[in-house]
Parts: sequence; C-alpha cells; structure tokens
Amino acid sequence: MLENFSFRTIAEYLPLFGNGFVATLWLSIVSFAGALAVGTLLCAMNLQRSQVLKLPAKIYIDAIRATPLLAQLYFLYFGLPRLGIVLPELFVGILALALNSGAYIAEIIRAGILSISRGQVEASVASGMTYSQRMRLVILPQAVRVTIPPLLGQAIVLVKDSALLSLISVAELTRAGQLLASDRFMPAEGFITTAACYLLLYYALKSLAVLSARWLGVRPIRVRA
Amino acid sequence: MIWFQLQSLVGSYPLALRGLGMTVALSGISLVLGTILGFALGVLRTSGSRLLSSAIGLWVDLIRGTPFLVQIFLIFFILPELGVELDAFTAGIIALTNLAACFICEIVAAGIRSVPTGQVEAALASGLSKWQRMRQVVLPQAMRVSLPPLVGQYVLLIKDSSVVSAIGLTDLTRVGWLVVQRVPNGLLVFAIVGIGYFIVCYPLILLARRLERRMSAAHGEVQL
Repeated sequence: MLENFSFRTIAEYLPLFGNGFVATLWLSIVSFAGALAVGTLLCAMNLQRSQVLKLPAKIYIDAIRATPLLAQLYFLYFGLPRLGIVLPELFVGILALALNSGAYIAEIIRAGILSISRGQVEASVASGMTYSQRMRLVILPQAVRVTIPPLLGQAIVLVKDSALLSLISVAELTRAGQLLASDRFMPAEGFITTAACYLLLYYALKSLAVLSARWLGVRPIRVRA
Repeated sequence: MIWFQLQSLVGSYPLALRGLGMTVALSGISLVLGTILGFALGVLRTSGSRLLSSAIGLWVDLIRGTPFLVQIFLIFFILPELGVELDAFTAGIIALTNLAACFICEIVAAGIRSVPTGQVEAALASGLSKWQRMRQVVLPQAMRVSLPPLVGQYVLLIKDSSVVSAIGLTDLTRVGWLVVQRVPNGLLVFAIVGIGYFIVCYPLILLARRLERRMSAAHGEVQL
C-alpha cells in the first residue's frame, strides 16, 4: 500500500514543481494567444465565399481534428529539422499547441458568428451597412460574448494537452513529476503532485468559464463536431 | 535518398499494420467498456442518491481536470505499488475506459436532464416502474440529444489512445516514433501516421455532424 507516501520528498521537490507550474502556465498562455490568432485567421478564411481560401482552411481544420495531437507534435519535432528549421523543444511544443488549438478555436468562433440571429444581419443590411461595418459593429460584438465561455473550455483542454510536451522533454509540470518518479522511484508522490497542480488550474479556469457565462448572460452555443 | 527511404518505409508496413491493430484494439475495447460504464454512471448521476451523484461528479471532475498522460502514469506506476500486477495493455485499457466513462457519463446525464419533467410525471402516472420509466421513456429521448456528442467523444477516445505510446505500447504513434529512428524523415513518417488516424476518425466526425444536423432539424432549428 501507499503507507510510505512521503510528503517530505514532495516538499523537497517543491521548487521543481513550482518551476514546472510556472512553465506550464506561461507556455499555455503563449500557445493560447497563438491559437487565437490561428483560429481567427482560419475562421475568416472558412467564412469566405470563394473556395480559394475556404477549402484550405476546411482541409486544415478537419486534418487537425481527425489526428492526435501527439502525432502532430512528433510531425513537427521530427519533421522541422528535415526542413532545416531547428528550434528548441519548447518552441516546437508551443507551435504544435497553437496550431492544434487554432483549429478548434476556428470552429468555436464560427459557431459564435453563426449563432447571431438572421434578423440582426438583415436589419444591418437594411440600414445600408457595408460588409465590414456589419461585421465590426453588429455581428462581432455579439459573437465575441458568446464565444468566451467555450474559449475558456478550450483553454482547459490546451493546459491539459500541454502535458504531452513532457514527451519531447520540455521542462513543465508533467516532466517535474516524471523527474521525481525516476530520481527517487516515487511515482505516486511525483504524479499525484503533478495531478494536483493541474487540478488547481482546471478549477480556476472552470470557475472562470461558469462565472463569465453568468456575467455575460450568454447561453451555450453549439460547436459542431 | 528519398527512394531509399520509401523502400525502407514499405519494408516497415508489417509494423505499421501491427500498430494500427493495436490502436484499433485499444480504442475498440475501451469504447465498448467505457460506453457501458458511462451509461451506468450517467443514470446513477441523475437518479441515484444525492451522495452518490456528487461522488460521481467529483470523480468526473478529477478525471476531466487532469491530463490523460498523467492518468496513464498514475495507473501504470501506482497500481503495482498497491499490489495490482498489470501489463501496459491492461493499464492502457483501464485508463482509456475510465476516461471514456467519465465523459460519456456527463453526456448521458445531460441527455437525461434534457427530457422534460412532464414525460417522467406521465410515466409515473401510468404506473411504470422506475426501470421501465428509464428504459422506455427517458433513455430513448435522452439518446436523441446524446448521440451526436457521443460519436464526437469516440473520436476523442481514438485520438487519446495515441498517448498510451508513452508507456511503451506499440500503437500507430509509437510505430511512427520507432520508424523515424531508422528513416530520418519525420514529415513523411508522421504524415503517414496521421493518414492512418484520419481514415479511422474522419468518417466518425462526418457521422457526428450528420447526426447533429438531423437533430437540430428535428428540433426546428434553422440551419445556417
């Protein structure tokens, strides 16, 4: 049994976990910012009428969503050097997370824009607004509100996905757990501490998602599969 | 050079097939087990005692709040310490089944909650037993709401099965990792791995979208 569970060892490794926690936090924030940019661009392409931009965006979104993040991560990790691009593991990881989450965020933004009722669009057309005025003044301000809770949901997924970066030896939370597990042969201490740190982030983001939905007074939108 | 690599890749197709078989076996077994367990948990979550319901809710939160990789490590390295001997395959099945069950539990519970109370009251008034009520009135209606996200969840499960390569199971992703050590062309190798997953997952994504469209049409929503 786990009667030898050693809190002392955890305390000893606390600085390592602290660093891992901070690393996971900021690499998630950077990746999420990147994913927002990728997602917005993809969504804008996807909503075009011309297939020239729409088709590549659709193919990209479906390709990302039908393949595992780990395969995408290895694709970049083993593939980029082949193209002569040698990046530190951390950058490869952030790139993979941003490119992956971007595809999901594109669908969230799309669902947000499509959730604006037809009458709003028709009213702004009748008021003689141009396409960009319509988007900027009528649709986007409303769409942004409804996308905030699902975007926070995606942030939760991204934080958890960032654990895979430990497999290309990025020093983050899961890596800290692995180090404690292998240095001291204490997997229970290592991975339970790691799990507890992720739960902290999970509950923080989850409460934020619930509160934001309440503050903004928005109903959940349905993002397609 | 590229010829040599292609030859080498063609030579490793038995390994790739084994990997694909492992991925299909892992996801298939845990999909069936996870669905059964998830339905049971979902029903208990909505109609069991309040204590049981919050216990299930807490467990679901713990699983949804931690990375799957960490869960696999916990199961694979800690269960043996508790005296349970298990190999990597069993550990993978346990981890994936538990993950699927937790997500399916919430999907099923949401479906059950979406059934109007009038339906339950009518079933009560007709003198149906608890079991009859669930099986003949509530679940069939809940399924309509639950089916599209359920199929979406299966796609996530297949993709998550790639993470078990971290404990050394030779699934499709692990095969890519092994091959790339001999054929140093990550773009080519993992593009092929990706195509393997795509062939399995994409039809399921299309099915989920189709079910979603049918459901929203049935509910009189305008499809944009």
